[in-house]
Amino acid sequence: MTEPLLKVEGLKKYFPIKSGILGQVKNYVKAVDDVSFTVAEGETLGIVGESGCGKSTTGRMLMRLLDPTEGKVFFDGQELTKLSNQEMRKARRDIQMVFQDPYASLNPRHTIEKILMEPLNVHNIGDPKERKKKVHDFLEIVGLSSYHAKRYPHQFSGGQRQRIGIARALMTNPKLIIADEPVSALDVSIQAQVLNLMQDLQKELKLTYIFIAHDLGVVRHISDRVGVMYLGQMAELANSEDLYEKPLHPYTQALLAAVPVPDPDFEREQVVIKGDIPSPANPPSGCRFHTRCPYKMDICETTVPIFAEVEKGHSVACHLYKESRPQ
Amino acid sequence: MAQSAIDKNDVNMEKVAGPWKEAWRGFRKSKVAVVGMGIVFFFILLAIFGPLFTPQGINEQNLTNKLLPPSGEHWMGTDDFGRDILSRIVYGARISLWVGFLAVVGSAVMGSILGILAGYYGRWVDTIISRIFDIMLAFPSILLAIAVVSVLGPSLRNALIAIALINVPNFGRLIRSKVLSIKEDEYIMSAKAIGMKDNRILFSHILPNSMAPVIVQGTLAIATAIIEAAALGFLGLGAQAPSPEWGKMLADSRSYLTNAPWTMIFPGIAIMLTVLGFNLMGDGLRDALDPRMKS
Repeated sequence: MTEPLLKVEGLKKYFPIKSGILGQVKNYVKAVDDVSFTVAEGETLGIVGESGCGKSTTGRMLMRLLDPTEGKVFFDGQELTKLSNQEMRKARRDIQMVFQDPYASLNPRHTIEKILMEPLNVHNIGDPKERKKKVHDFLEIVGLSSYHAKRYPHQFSGGQRQRIGIARALMTNPKLIIADEPVSALDVSIQAQVLNLMQDLQKELKLTYIFIAHDLGVVRHISDRVGVMYLGQMAELANSEDLYEKPLHPYTQALLAAVPVPDPDFEREQVVIKGDIPSPANPPSGCRFHTRCPYKMDICETTVPIFAEVEKGHSVACHLYKESRPQ
Repeated sequence: MAQSAIDKNDVNMEKVAGPWKEAWRGFRKSKVAVVGMGIVFFFILLAIFGPLFTPQGINEQNLTNKLLPPSGEHWMGTDDFGRDILSRIVYGARISLWVGFLAVVGSAVMGSILGILAGYYGRWVDTIISRIFDIMLAFPSILLAIAVVSVLGPSLRNALIAIALINVPNFGRLIRSKVLSIKEDEYIMSAKAIGMKDNRILFSHILPNSMAPVIVQGTLAIATAIIEAAALGFLGLGAQAPSPEWGKMLADSRSYLTNAPWTMIFPGIAIMLTVLGFNLMGDGLRDALDPRMKS
């Protein structure tokens, strides 16, 4: 197997909870706790999970918009977590991000041209004439027109703004795009358009995506592989087909069982999980899912399951599978 | 892509308008605000060109003509030295507007710098700057101004400095809170994701987006600054005789209140009208620029 484009090892992010006038650290919110995965060039990795499971935090740490508490990120043979801030800024040329809220991610006082030109200015790509041409080219590529360049963000609809957000991410010819819930703020009909655009662009420009979402249907549509996160940890990671057809982790099973199916006669397998997601400041001992798991065993309360490959290309962290039990 | 062709069309009809143009459109809708702007422009024109047309010099004393009531020759009468009050009010507009404007620019610049530092860098920088603001705001502003002037010595320039200083925390707090909210906006995150440097983000994203409230506060603060300058003048701590500063004119005419009320009424009306104009205009600007009012 060739070297993956992105390799993440033991990524952690703890946010301190401070209290008192002196700001003593009382506890930590373990937003992301020991997550590892790889992404091969040209593929799309979907990351799903409930709100607050750490998927966005993970995405932000990959480009060091947040500094990880621990862990390593390798990108294209370079260890990003070791770079100085200066070097990291330059490295961001190859990793770009598409944001969730197309209404908030564009500066309302800048024209589209200025917004799209900004990455080129920052990284000193081309001369002013070339930059302008590139802006117009990319507007066309994402399905807008070059005459839109002089307009302001508030003159566009949500879907159009997200196209602009995508165009901005593409300006520097990045290799990897981290899309943090890029369609969850959009109408369903627009979602499909934007997703299809992203897929077309991936083929044309040979992009690699990390696609963060909470909508399982959307993720299935676009991803080659899917990782399911629960409370800051990776619960299951597998090829899209395998994960949706044969989920191994009880949490994944429950999530999939909750996806609505457009068929009134469909008999769903009932895997119902009870209760709320526990606080990441005080996560349950052992397997973090044990408080809600229908198959809970004694070992689950005491021992953390190992995230291990159970079948080829299908990893899971659950004591139901012997590979996950520590020897 | 048939879908995106539909997308394209829906923005074609709209004329391309920047955020400022749109604010201007909103501003024009309010009649009161336009009236306020009219008053402000009247006084600005008066301050610039008025002195060219005044009937008499400001300091030409003519003791035989003292305390004359308004007449064809002296439209607003004369004061206790026989000086033409109309001429002095026209010159006074220059002083008052100039003081108001300079003081506000001074406090807006200082306040913005401190506010941005406090808001963007946070932590101890924020704590120190915010506590200083709190201390300054704990004093009634005119009292603080009097204290500053008594340290520096009474003069118009020192009154201006005092007024600029006491208004710093108003601007500082305003900018700080604005920066705090903008800092969390996703477009700041996206600027970082692009690889932009901190100071560039500050100047190209945060600063322009936090300016709207400063403009509103600035217009309203000019009104307050004019009153404060007049108050200091009235107390003898601002402009010194024979300067035709409105507050000073009021103070000088106190003793003639009963037998020559015009010496007091006209400077009073001048102050009131200017302040009213700036306040109306400021209110209109606030409605036009306030993002919460926008659809």
